[in-house]
Amino acid sequence: MKRTYSLALAALTALLLGVSTSGLVIAWAKPISYKLPDETAKFKPAPGVEIVQNNCTACHSSDYIATQPRAVKSKKDFWQAEVTKMIKTYGAPIDEGDVGKIVDYLAANY
Amino acid sequence: MITRRNVLRGATAVLTSTVVGASTARSLAATVTLAFENGERPLVKYPQKRPMIGLTSRPPQLETPFSVFDEGVITPNDAFFVRYHLADIPLDIDPETFSVEIKGKVDKPLKLSLANIKKLPATEIVAVNQCSGNSRGFMTPRVAGGQIANGAMGNARWKGVPLKTVLDKAGVQADARQVVFGGMDGPVSDKTPDFAKALDIDHAKDGEVMLAYAMNGRDLPFLNGFPLRLVVPGYYGTYWVKHLNEITVIDGIFDGFWMKSAYRIPDNDCNCVEPGTAPKATIPINRLTVRSFITNIKDSAKAKAGKEIELKGIAFDGGKGIKEVAVSVDDGKTWTPAKLGKDLGNYSFREWKLPVKLDAGVHGLKSRATSNGGQTQPLEASWNPAGYLRNVVETVHVTAS
Repeated sequence: MKRTYSLALAALTALLLGVSTSGLVIAWAKPISYKLPDETAKFKPAPGVEIVQNNCTACHSSDYIATQPRAVKSKKDFWQAEVTKMIKTYGAPIDEGDVGKIVDYLAANY
Repeated sequence: MITRRNVLRGATAVLTSTVVGASTARSLAATVTLAFENGERPLVKYPQKRPMIGLTSRPPQLETPFSVFDEGVITPNDAFFVRYHLADIPLDIDPETFSVEIKGKVDKPLKLSLANIKKLPATEIVAVNQCSGNSRGFMTPRVAGGQIANGAMGNARWKGVPLKTVLDKAGVQADARQVVFGGMDGPVSDKTPDFAKALDIDHAKDGEVMLAYAMNGRDLPFLNGFPLRLVVPGYYGTYWVKHLNEITVIDGIFDGFWMKSAYRIPDNDCNCVEPGTAPKATIPINRLTVRSFITNIKDSAKAKAGKEIELKGIAFDGGKGIKEVAVSVDDGKTWTPAKLGKDLGNYSFREWKLPVKLDAGVHGLKSRATSNGGQTQPLEASWNPAGYLRNVVETVHVTAS
């Protein structure tokens, strides 16, 4: 509903302003809002998924995990290194007690 | 750092704003499979973009379908790749209140609106923007990070104001050493380092580094840095800061995470190490390596034996320009120079063409570019831990019968 209304209004505004509209770059001199598509990717349901959900999705969608290579020498080492990087480098507030569970879930499912 | 929240104005006043796009799920039914393990991706539709290869939805990362590079040497705005690091991206921008600050070691700190910037003498340059990790998915052994094929690159005609112009206006002080760039996108957590990049002062003042507000004759697409981004011709995309609103001149070497720890390459002649090992010393990634691609033949394609086929492709490097593209249809045993297309400048894709005839059988087709600086694509891929700089000679297999 809202989107139809907004788009229609935006087009009308552009027309009233005499601004040439082509594609979606519209009305100059108005705030422009960008609507991202809804996020559809989901974590695989498996033991530990809630912990992963709670700790990872604040900063990125689950497809960042799902698209990582599977053909690595040791999945456990790969995911341990990634989780460590998220904590040490990017400041992810992950409880130490959860680290092992997160790594296990990721290694088992991705 | 300035976050997007400071510049939000009337974002809630939806009725007076322009909304770009829709709020519905836009995952198309189609998927594509990139040519490496775990390479299946959805084709996704984002506002202002044609269907693109979806890597991640938050932050948005979109790869250009490779067929786009065969459409012409200029990559259309609606097909240009998107890469963000941090998920707090600006989604409401008012071009009328947007401004960029120039501050730090300058005599006269400035705050320039978009209108101010557009009044300054404009320049244009055609330049390739390529992600440092373009083609990372092909690294052997694989490395963590954004798993992209060859579509995190694009070539556009950028229009804007030389960074030098605004730095001169602000009056850079004598002890200045670097210029730091920040954009409106930022981290979700304040513990995550905000994205900022730096260039040496001489580079920043070379007259080519640009504050760009237009791309291929149009406003920048939202996800490509609207309304203003840095363009650093010849350098990897990591320096091309989007939604640019902060320029700080400093008298030291910037030690922010995204320069000091991330986007580093091995400090040796090949910028590479033995696969699986760590470099002893590193430097910030900088100029694009020389590359070329065949764009009009897909891998595993079939062709008619004995019939003339015109091979076509693109080549580019980090700013010296392309001297030669050699093509092989026999897996690298013999090479023939291709005819180079129109020269759009040293930072642009350069088209090449070569008519060939294939005997019956399987052929490994290769293209190998050499720059005016004498750099040539290697025949064997090198490796570095972050999966940057890939520029090995690519091979496309064709069966002629």
